[in-house]
Amino acid sequence: MTDVPATAATVAAKPARRAPTTRQRERAAWGFVAPALIAIAVFFAIPVFAALLLSLTDFDIYALADINNVRFVGLQNYERLFGNPLFWTAMKNTGLFALFGVPLSIAASLGAAVILNARMIRWRPMWRVMFFAPYVTTLVATAVLWNYLLHTRYGIINWAISGIGLPPVDWLGDPSTSIPAILMFVVWKIFGYNMLIFLAVLQTVPDDLYEAARIDGAGPWKSFTNVTLPAIGPTLLLVSIISVAGFFQLFAEPYVMTQGGPAQSTVTVLYFMYEEGFKWWNLGSASAVAFVLFLCILAVTLVQLAVAKRMGAYE
Amino acid sequence: MSLIRPDRRKTLGLLAGAAAGGLAGCGPRNDGRTHLRFWAMGNEATNVPQILPEFERLNPDIKVDVQALPWTAAHQKLLTAYAGDSLPDLSQVGNTWVSEMAAIGAISAMPAFASDLLTDQFPAVLETNEIGGRAVATPWYVDTRLIFYRSDLLQQAGYDAIPQTWAGWKQAMHAVKRVAGQDKYAVLLPVNEFEQLLTFGLQGADPLLRDQDTRGNFSSPSFVAALAFYKSLFDEGLAPVASSTQISNVWTEFERGWFSFYFSGPWTVGDFRNRLKPETQWMTSGVPGPTGPGASAPGGSSLVVYRSSPHQEAAWKLVRYLADPAVQARFNGITGNLPARESAWATPAVANDPAIAAFKGQLSRAKAVPKVPEWERIVTEMQIVAERMVRGEYTPETAAREIDVRADRLLEKRRWMIEQGRAS
Repeated sequence: MTDVPATAATVAAKPARRAPTTRQRERAAWGFVAPALIAIAVFFAIPVFAALLLSLTDFDIYALADINNVRFVGLQNYERLFGNPLFWTAMKNTGLFALFGVPLSIAASLGAAVILNARMIRWRPMWRVMFFAPYVTTLVATAVLWNYLLHTRYGIINWAISGIGLPPVDWLGDPSTSIPAILMFVVWKIFGYNMLIFLAVLQTVPDDLYEAARIDGAGPWKSFTNVTLPAIGPTLLLVSIISVAGFFQLFAEPYVMTQGGPAQSTVTVLYFMYEEGFKWWNLGSASAVAFVLFLCILAVTLVQLAVAKRMGAYE
Repeated sequence: MSLIRPDRRKTLGLLAGAAAGGLAGCGPRNDGRTHLRFWAMGNEATNVPQILPEFERLNPDIKVDVQALPWTAAHQKLLTAYAGDSLPDLSQVGNTWVSEMAAIGAISAMPAFASDLLTDQFPAVLETNEIGGRAVATPWYVDTRLIFYRSDLLQQAGYDAIPQTWAGWKQAMHAVKRVAGQDKYAVLLPVNEFEQLLTFGLQGADPLLRDQDTRGNFSSPSFVAALAFYKSLFDEGLAPVASSTQISNVWTEFERGWFSFYFSGPWTVGDFRNRLKPETQWMTSGVPGPTGPGASAPGGSSLVVYRSSPHQEAAWKLVRYLADPAVQARFNGITGNLPARESAWATPAVANDPAIAAFKGQLSRAKAVPKVPEWERIVTEMQIVAERMVRGEYTPETAAREIDVRADRLLEKRRWMIEQGRAS
């Protein structure tokens, strides 16, 4: 930990007239990292700690009226949470969203990036804008639009399905299709952002590597798996971590499109937390949910890092 | 690179204009009038500005700023505003939220000079607005749920009106199902809506909560009977096991006779008139009870003045104006909302409407639900258990016990509060 700021200070003070003492260097280093540390403390460490404390109390609507009505309840919130079937439904739904959503969205953005990076594609800036546009469009507006696209009787998706002779699907009204329907929407909405990241890193892969691969007789698939993938490994890791965190925090899409229904099939952990906290105003148990979610994301990210390390994606 | 070169002067002008506009919008108002912030929801928010000019003409020193909230977000918004100390001067609140807003101490108690607003009201509606024997909110408009039925199908089945007991009603349902067809049902009771079961439960003799509203009383004989009646409607094929989201269009299904009895409130009168084909015959009727005409829960909205408001007197003036029978009758003409003041029901628009007549009887039989802040959550749990009972997981007796267990858990804090003498 200590050598990182020291290196930063060395870099900063490279063309120095007189070599600074270690103490001076250290002070400068702390000066440089202080703004970031303060920001992390104020916006991350303190809130997480406060949430942990809050999750050990029964802060509710009575406490809102008078703070003396708060009781310290220990782990009772967690105990009740783990005994609540709706919480497990929310966990399962969130798991499903992440399990299918992360690979799907990465595949979509990587595919789009590879295609856009290919030499024969024309009008590249236009395609880029088109693929990126959903990401920067307001979520509610696009969700309303997708509600129409997914409509059982008037939606274009069902029109296409009936076109090939299949019965129309009640996408958002049937508990078994609501998750796929929302997944389609989410992947369409977010793949543009990861695509830009991939596109940027793809353009740093030197052409001579591809040339060498071609001379060695590698086809497009071989050069993708042996040249492109290793080159973008670290980026792939970054994108997968961001995507996992993003899918674990899925809230606005089900909130706007289904309100958690049908039959609570699209209640995600965050939606569950929102209802606990702001519908029923049980901030104590809502904080417990938030903390469990935090631990889940942390655990999955650590596993991802371990896997990536073993595969040599980063040093 | 850039093709469009921004004109510096134009840009500056635009920015200055925007800034000036912003200032004008946010700057202090110095017109010497009291500005009342009034939050209203849905249909009322849309229409209330139509009746306000008259109020402002009568009170030239008051200006009312109406802000519209969507119903789906209103409850959270009010609580959040309380937590953030940014409540308006007064607002509309759903009847069932009054106990919550009172429990957190947000509402300003009714001053003595306004006590005459409590006359000429439906007793059950008034009761929902009283906390600890004291009125805290003023009823604005009322509603309650009763039964909309297909009078043509009922007639074909040999009935002129709905029999007013559960047993008689069920017989009529079987008869209507024979007329409509075996692939149809008689009554729509969406398994994700608590209102229907709550109505049956309210009709019994036993209260729904006991011990100063600190414990569930769902295992009482009368509530178990209500559960059994509710379950039997599904078991005998009279009600479809469906949630409201699975029914894409209630009006077409009602028209097709997929069900002939439909639980709803006054807003459905307008919907049916606008959406059903004219040849579809329907009427409203009071809800049958276990042994005779039954109760249902009073609904609607009330007006509350918040304790944090610096304009108490002006706010109560507005409440008085909105609760005036003549203004209520006018508002009924605009929105179709049923007036809270009984004397406003004498106006021809209300009195001569056959579909509305049944509401007056039903309102006079209305029965207030327990006034605890946890109530909404308790009935939500009640319905989750009831849906499982309908799907065969519980018998009425075990379902009642399970609802009691869940209610007791939700009321645990309230019991503690009462033991500590912090709540009443």
